[in-house]
Amino acid sequence: MTGSSYLELLRLTAPEILVALTGFLVLVLDLTFLRRAALAFRFRTAIVVACIGCVLALLVLERGSAQGTLPAGMLVVNSLTQLIQMALLALAILVLLWAGGARFTTHVGEYCALILFATTAMMLLVSTQNLLVIFITIEFLSLSLYILTGFDKDSAQSAEAALKYFLFGGMSAGILLFGMSLLYGISGSIALQAIAAAVNASPGDPMLTLAMVMLLVGFGFKIAAAPFHMWAPEVYQGAPTASAALVASSSKVASFFALFLVFYLGLMPAAGSAAWGHSSAGWAPLIAILAVASMLWGNLAAIAQTSVRRVLAYSAIGHAGYMLIALVTHSPESLTALVYYVFTYALATVGAFGVLAALEEEKVDSIADFAGLGKRAPGLSFCLLIFLLSLAGIPPLAGFAGKFYVFVAALEIPDHFGLLWLVLLALVMSVVSFYYYLKILKQAYVSEPKPGAAVIRVPVATRVALWTAAALVVILGCLPDMLLNRIAAAVAGAFQ
Amino acid sequence: MLAWTIYLSFLGAVVVTFTPGKNPTIARVTALLTALAGLGIAIVAIMHADRSGQVITIVRTPWISRLGIEYHLAADGISLILVLLTGIAAVAGILFSWNVELRVKDFFALYLVLIGAVYGVFLSFDLFLLFVFYEIAIIPKYFLIAIWGSTRREYAAMKLVLYSFAGSALVLAGMIAAYCVAGQRSVSFEVLAHFPFPVHFQMWAFPMVFVGFAVLAGMWPFHTWAPTGHAAAPTAASMLLAGVVMKLGAYGCLRVAMMLFPRGLDPWGFRVLGFGSWQQVFAGLALIGIIYGATIALVQKDLKFVVGYSSVSHMGFVLLGLMTLNQIGLAGAVYQMFSHGIIAGLLFAVVGRMVYDRTHTRDLQELSRIPLGRLIPFAAVTFVLASMASIGLPGFSGFVAELQVLIGSWRSFPWLACIAGVGILIGIAFTWRALQATFLGEADTTAAPQQAMPPITLPERLGACLLLASTIVLGLYPRLLMDLILPSLNGPLFEQLRRGAWR
Amino acid sequence: MSSFPSISALTLLPFAGGIAVLLLGRAGRSAARLTAGVFAVASLVLTLLLWRRFQPALPGMQFQEWHAWAPAFGLQYHVGLDGLSLLMLAVSSIVVLMSIAASWSNSKHGPAYLSLLLFLETGLFGTFTALNFLHWFLYWELSLIPAFFLIRIWGGSGRARAATQFFVYTMVGSITLLLAFLAIFLASGSFDFIELAQLAQTGQLAAAITQNLHWHQWDSGHITMVLFGGAFLGFAVKTPVVPFHGWLGSAYAEAAPETTMALTGALSKMGVYGFLRILLPIFPEQMWRARDVLLWLAVASIVLPAFTAWAQTDLRRMFAYSSINHLGYCILAIVAVAGSTGADASFVSAKAAALTGVMLQMFSHGITAATLFWFLALLERRSGGLLGLNDFGGLRRAMPVFSGLMGIALFASLGLPGLIGFPGEFLIFKGVFPLSWWAAALALIGLLMTAVFLLTVLQRVFSGPLRERWAGLQDLTLAERCMLAPAVALMFIVGLYPQLISGMLHGAVMQFVAQVRF
Repeated sequence: MTGSSYLELLRLTAPEILVALTGFLVLVLDLTFLRRAALAFRFRTAIVVACIGCVLALLVLERGSAQGTLPAGMLVVNSLTQLIQMALLALAILVLLWAGGARFTTHVGEYCALILFATTAMMLLVSTQNLLVIFITIEFLSLSLYILTGFDKDSAQSAEAALKYFLFGGMSAGILLFGMSLLYGISGSIALQAIAAAVNASPGDPMLTLAMVMLLVGFGFKIAAAPFHMWAPEVYQGAPTASAALVASSSKVASFFALFLVFYLGLMPAAGSAAWGHSSAGWAPLIAILAVASMLWGNLAAIAQTSVRRVLAYSAIGHAGYMLIALVTHSPESLTALVYYVFTYALATVGAFGVLAALEEEKVDSIADFAGLGKRAPGLSFCLLIFLLSLAGIPPLAGFAGKFYVFVAALEIPDHFGLLWLVLLALVMSVVSFYYYLKILKQAYVSEPKPGAAVIRVPVATRVALWTAAALVVILGCLPDMLLNRIAAAVAGAFQ
Repeated sequence: MLAWTIYLSFLGAVVVTFTPGKNPTIARVTALLTALAGLGIAIVAIMHADRSGQVITIVRTPWISRLGIEYHLAADGISLILVLLTGIAAVAGILFSWNVELRVKDFFALYLVLIGAVYGVFLSFDLFLLFVFYEIAIIPKYFLIAIWGSTRREYAAMKLVLYSFAGSALVLAGMIAAYCVAGQRSVSFEVLAHFPFPVHFQMWAFPMVFVGFAVLAGMWPFHTWAPTGHAAAPTAASMLLAGVVMKLGAYGCLRVAMMLFPRGLDPWGFRVLGFGSWQQVFAGLALIGIIYGATIALVQKDLKFVVGYSSVSHMGFVLLGLMTLNQIGLAGAVYQMFSHGIIAGLLFAVVGRMVYDRTHTRDLQELSRIPLGRLIPFAAVTFVLASMASIGLPGFSGFVAELQVLIGSWRSFPWLACIAGVGILIGIAFTWRALQATFLGEADTTAAPQQAMPPITLPERLGACLLLASTIVLGLYPRLLMDLILPSLNGPLFEQLRRGAWR
Repeated sequence: MSSFPSISALTLLPFAGGIAVLLLGRAGRSAARLTAGVFAVASLVLTLLLWRRFQPALPGMQFQEWHAWAPAFGLQYHVGLDGLSLLMLAVSSIVVLMSIAASWSNSKHGPAYLSLLLFLETGLFGTFTALNFLHWFLYWELSLIPAFFLIRIWGGSGRARAATQFFVYTMVGSITLLLAFLAIFLASGSFDFIELAQLAQTGQLAAAITQNLHWHQWDSGHITMVLFGGAFLGFAVKTPVVPFHGWLGSAYAEAAPETTMALTGALSKMGVYGFLRILLPIFPEQMWRARDVLLWLAVASIVLPAFTAWAQTDLRRMFAYSSINHLGYCILAIVAVAGSTGADASFVSAKAAALTGVMLQMFSHGITAATLFWFLALLERRSGGLLGLNDFGGLRRAMPVFSGLMGIALFASLGLPGLIGFPGEFLIFKGVFPLSWWAAALALIGLLMTAVFLLTVLQRVFSGPLRERWAGLQDLTLAERCMLAPAVALMFIVGLYPQLISGMLHGAVMQFVAQVRF
């Protein structure tokens, strides 16, 4: 095994290091200089510093930092991973901004630092093709997220959510590790490329099937796909808004990408097919089952919810289903589609949570509380309209372009209409999802505000951030080419 | 220049949102000017359009080059006619909504967005773009009904919107399938209309897309959203919904389903339940819609529901005409799209704005006790003329349309033509009943003396005159539209349809 | 031939008048009726001008106008007139003018009423001059609407039902007519009456039907019979012919008598016109084949209504049924002409006589019936709404001038020689006897019964003891006398000098006779 210089490693991980260092900096700042300051001031400072750090990391990535691969795929930095890391950083910035109004904790430095550490973990997760590193970074991410979820010490819901998340997460991490060890046993390597070669030799190995199932369970938990989604509603509802936003957006991006890589790069020969009438054994039909379960369970359960956050949670499960279709398709086109979809989904979700964050003081949680929001906070409601309609998949918003591209990719594979059944199911479920998103908007725009409800004031920074996010959703929907071409080029470059 | 109908409408919506809330008249006037501008552009375009069936390209730029999707706006004769219809309906709708007092700005802004999206659908020549505009139209529909509607408005709005969305989901599936099969990296009509899709593909793609659009056109049995939705909607929205939006569905059936997948109408070679091809199936469903709509309208107690069901019945004629697959039937179907758009607008205007806003009741029994014929004679005359137009009396546009559809369906399915004729008779009956009850009822002399009704305002008169003039002019001089329809049907885009299934 | 579209102008003149009445009527009833009167007089004048420029010796249609409308479907705007049309135009304009004059002092008949009457006149003019089915049908239907509203709004207590019956019967007839012509269009590709008549003459229509209409392997003779049946129904309802006359009694009785003037004077002629212009030229063979049935129907239309009229006690209903009887003669003549073969001179002259009689009878009945109902209107106003046969008595003493003039009208209706009713009926019988003697003989019964009931009217209403309440009835005012005088004078003039009318008809009559020779 040739050694690589540490300098190489540092060069390649410069953005991650930057973010981690920012995290430490925030921690130190808050624990030393800002001990006596007012809570609001501490939050503002911490966030500003954190944002600066993220922006710097973004700039480093943008200016085309080093690309390269470490042996055994431990670190792979190419244009695709850089693109995803940039998205993760952007999402992190937004999440930090939403955290600005939070008053539920006095541990400001820890909170922001944890957000940054989670981001670091995610950035590392997307730039590796090595099983062990994947596991480590997933655990790193998960631990940060568990703590972030339970950060509101005064709320029983938060504690319950964190505990549930931790228990489920721990269990699924164990299963994931077991699956990974099985894969090592089959292939004798922890690098995805090498595993692929070994799987190619013996694709029908029952051990392999077991490994695949376990991997799916582990990852399924991370992406909140049914039936491993139990934690999601509690976490989305109980966690503080910024934490929930992080869970809902960035961690989805990173986890999906990692999942795709593992199966596409590592287990391709054992893919099988989920085509209607021509299915063959492999992980594709398994993922198809997950996709169907997620779409059905997520969308149908969302109809009955009365809490907006739980609606978002179940809709997240549904969206995981749509994204899994891209995985069932397993082609470079579908990876492009998946990345685009998850970007736009994360953007819309983080926006929706931003609206919720702005309403945090009003103790708005149930759908009924949204009554008359259109009159009380017209700008906020309009942003909410954009985000929810994007999630529903209404053109010309970004969510539609994402869905469209996933469906096109699913049907463009050579045997053409094998996956038509999945696409049709997805379309039907989209109709269902439209209903519950519209319910929320109906409350906001059609219903009258409760008597005595006052106009809501939204701080400027939040407003600017929300409008920017909304504008981005609209632009990405009207001109999807900009991002799509970039992603496609990156994918082509990564997998040639 | 036609693209400005779309842009101006959206711009108008934005401008209206920023007008001062204290003075709603400014919002109204702005909306009216925008709609008039759109109508003016449409009229100018028709006057300058040559009658040779050429497609006039308005804008064509690449949009999502990765997928080969273009921002392609174009118009042929049929599109121009429907754009004109939208213009007329828009102006009339705004005139009839002059008295809306609740959240005036929002109302007109949503209305203009809806108009702009509808213009977009009719002018799109790229299937993806058509779909986008189609979807954009859904959201304003929901809010217009849910906020300003009447009977069970939230339920009706949700039902209408979900049905539209479901229909569009089917269309999306068909569109993606066509895109993938064609493999041409394009969803422009010009490319797809000439692409020889495999016949077995067309056999399932056609019904899927047709049903997707037919849901919006109110085809039986997917029509249940229509009467509820139209009855619940505020007057201008009903006028637009029944008048124009249902035509979106029919237009989609023609422009997308029939133009792109014409072989889907071929005989299957076997029979199921007596049907041997999708043509027969949908013609049958259209016919059921005609009879069913008319019969249900006959027993309604609520005047607006009578008009709502009559819309279902009239749209049945459009669909029947489309399924005749001969030139005269198709021409009749397009003519009926225009004609019914105007007539539905008239009927809803009288029922909603002139009658309901004054009497606050739509129950036929109660209305027959109010001597409306004496109190608001203008409304009575308008309703009489609208009824005459609706039953297809010669001299009005409905006669020309229904005549052509009947001749066309006689050539293709003689028995269905006879039954459709029976539908017309039932139509006469229920129109009669509604007219009797509303305007020719005997005043209940034992009741308290009627306070004077507010007189018919100027905007109402203007709107009514605009619509009446349209239907009469087109009844007396059908060449105005036929000169645009026939060359388009003979044009290159419909070549596959003519070669494949023309009877 | 001038290129001024005289016929179109004439047709649209009353329509413009109706709009003008509506607009000017806001200024008051007198403005409205003045406008209406002016336009009605103008229409009459224009008609007379056309009469003067008409050349009876020329065959075929005159003053024709063509405009392409929808050439793809054989639709053209084609109008023209021959002697028959011109006569009908004259009847219509005179009757409508009379109707407007009758409503002059009726305050209930405001601008809306007068404008509807003028719209009706447009519908009539259009029907009598249109030569392409589609716009002919448009006018045919358009005459229905004003008539319906006139009955519905200004009628008596049973008007709702009467109007509905009128509407339904006429609509059903119109629909069968439309369907029949659509089928003919599908077979022959033409909607033009002249063209279709030529096709029928040369047998090409039958050939076209055989070729293009395939219904269940029926033979073309049957198909054409069905088409004829459909068209026949439309006109039979309008005339009306027994047994399709159910609507007429109530409609004429419930409508205001001024309205009934127009209904019986002009609208009923549309039916007979249809027989002459459409059925006879296009379906001569079918009429010949069905001659027995048609003759019986015609005889029934003469005899039965006469008896029914005798049994009535309401004056309006009596004259209503008498209307059916009078037009029954026309139908009898037409059917007899169509039903007899033979090209020798005697037959030709009989047919010519019959057809001339038909047209004279149409003119005479128009004037006479309108005048009779005018008198009823005047009587109704004086009696406070009563118009029963037995309500009056001895009016001759209270209102001598009224009785005298109405007596003249009654005798004219009877067919007394020297008055307008005689030439028509005489010629009809003269023509029908050689063609179908038994029908003519039976029809004489109708003639007899008519005499009976009309004399009964004379006796019960005008003779006999004068009742108290009628003693103070006011006789005709000067204005009324002036307005009625021309009508009554016309009855004498045409009665004594029928060549005034028939001279113009010769060309048209010979054309019809020629067409029947198949």
